[in-house]
Amino acid sequence: MLEIKDLTVEVEGKEIIRDLNLNIERGAVHVLFGPNGCGKTTLLMAILGFPNYKVKKGSITFRGVDITDLPTNERVKLGMGMSFQHPPEIRGVKLGDMVNIARGRKEEKIDEDVIELGKRLNISVDFLNRDVNLGFSGGEVKRSEILQMLAQSPEFIMLDEPDSGVDVENIELIGDIINELMDRNKMPSKRERAGLIITHLGFILRYINADRAHVMLDGRIACTGMLDEVTKHVMEEGFERCVELCGGKGV
Amino acid sequence: MSKKEIIEQAEHAKTKKAALGEDVDIEKYTTGTKNYDALNSLDEFPEEYKQSLLDAGIEPSGKERAGSFLQRDRSVVFSKVKYKGLELMSTTDAMAKYDWLEDYLWKAIPVDMDKYTANVELDQSHGYFIRSEAGSKVTMPVQACLFITSDKVRQNVHNIIIAEENSELHIITGCSVYHAVNSALHLGISEFYVKKGAKITFTMIHNWGGGIEVRPRSAMVIEDDGVFISNYILMTPVKSLQMYPTAYCVGRNARATFQSIVYASGDTKIDLGSRAVLQGEGSRSEIISRVIATDNAKVVARGDVIGEAENVKGHIECRGLMLSDNAEVDSIPELKATLKELDLSHEAAVGKIAEEEIQYLMARGLSEEEATSVIIRGFLNVDITGLPDALAKETKKMFDMSLEKVM
Repeated sequence: MLEIKDLTVEVEGKEIIRDLNLNIERGAVHVLFGPNGCGKTTLLMAILGFPNYKVKKGSITFRGVDITDLPTNERVKLGMGMSFQHPPEIRGVKLGDMVNIARGRKEEKIDEDVIELGKRLNISVDFLNRDVNLGFSGGEVKRSEILQMLAQSPEFIMLDEPDSGVDVENIELIGDIINELMDRNKMPSKRERAGLIITHLGFILRYINADRAHVMLDGRIACTGMLDEVTKHVMEEGFERCVELCGGKGV
Repeated sequence: MSKKEIIEQAEHAKTKKAALGEDVDIEKYTTGTKNYDALNSLDEFPEEYKQSLLDAGIEPSGKERAGSFLQRDRSVVFSKVKYKGLELMSTTDAMAKYDWLEDYLWKAIPVDMDKYTANVELDQSHGYFIRSEAGSKVTMPVQACLFITSDKVRQNVHNIIIAEENSELHIITGCSVYHAVNSALHLGISEFYVKKGAKITFTMIHNWGGGIEVRPRSAMVIEDDGVFISNYILMTPVKSLQMYPTAYCVGRNARATFQSIVYASGDTKIDLGSRAVLQGEGSRSEIISRVIATDNAKVVARGDVIGEAENVKGHIECRGLMLSDNAEVDSIPELKATLKELDLSHEAAVGKIAEEEIQYLMARGLSEEEATSVIIRGFLNVDITGLPDALAKETKKMFDMSLEKVM
């Protein structure tokens, strides 16, 4: 579904990602580990096509289409979605409006459909009527982002730290919805959707079952393996050691 | 003050320049325009003008309105009220009818404030008188339209609005100009009196044109527990506009709110402020403005709160959004306190559309243009509080319509 070849990405003239390769099949969910500043978010932004993340070399193919030069909204139309770690505040634009936009609807009303979606994430009508991200707590940002993903229902979903700041009460809920959005409740052969999850602490992985994991170091994927194995090494030995255990060859 | 004294004062101020705004050459504009006959119903108003009325929030059918007033150039062509407890007529008729009205004329605004106030006194062409009787609460709005259809006309109106004790009065005012008019001058005096426990909401849409000069002079006197709420919307270009409506919260717990939404485009020059003078103990004010400046527009957005009594509270919030390198926004909030038991604050910010907001919306599937439009709409979207539900919806509709036109 997503194929990244020899990707080099620059941000403000500085090379952040170097010669990166990644392949995510339809129905698969991958996890990206890595220390702060290793380029995880940059990779997601480049996949999404944000203009500050300049592709210097290589290509990104999504559902058979070379999207390397496509604007963000065209990529979204092809079925890509992203839950942001630090989304911007937009004054006067309500969370409910964002839900309508994510659903591709022009109408401005926060109607029953929107309210029903909100309920699934413990989001009240008052919450839907707040300006998006303005004064949201860390946990509220995550629920708001996952709600927008639920509304958009993309075939390929990227989650940037979906668990940071989320209270215990809601993390299970968020996990359930992410599983649903990524077809994790279906038999493996029936899974149509795919995903890529960035997580620093791996907390959310108690609730989501993913297939493969990668460790990113210094702008490259330094280690790849089955989720359980990689997680175990990362949690017990740290990133660098995990890469050593992997053989440190990169992918 | 006798009529004679008022005229004397006006004579003295005939050439007195205003403290703010470009000086307008009043004599360029004529008072010798045609008189128009009164209409039996608003429907009789010529079809070609109806869109201009709609653009200013005026409903030509008069539906969902408690009453309608329409002044064309210097003639009052329609004035009718449907509900008991409300009065609506031209100021001229009201003066003839009520001797007591002279106690309200030039009481909130000095006649010798500047040459514009003086000129309205010396050469008045009507204006409206709206009054809600004590205890009357009509939630349906009265609509009043000051309409310019002739080139070079000088429209000099003097409006008096009185909400008697414990009454509620909602007004939609539209100032509009026919698109074929190249130049005109609108001078409008509006004096509001909010008596004890009364409430006035005043929603005003200015729908001017690039050749129109506008100098309104407005003031409100608000007594104990009185509430005044102003919503001002300006989306179309104007040659030059300067106004600084001032609310005097003279009573205990009097409240004044000003919300202004301005989209300044073309060669528009605007100097727009709102001032609250908190003289009654516990009185409060809130001044909110949203200004978008594009093309070559120049906007000065002012806010001023003067606290002169104990336990008063005032806040100013000015936000500006720049869409062009040739536009200019000056945001000038001012606070003045004359004693210690009070709380005055302001926040002001001017900036451009944040790139990351556009990208965020694009990540939800919008094109760059759609995203920009959503952000602008959001920026101008001030939640209007204090209006009856139907009127709030109506105001939102008027706002959407005016926005539709510019975007």
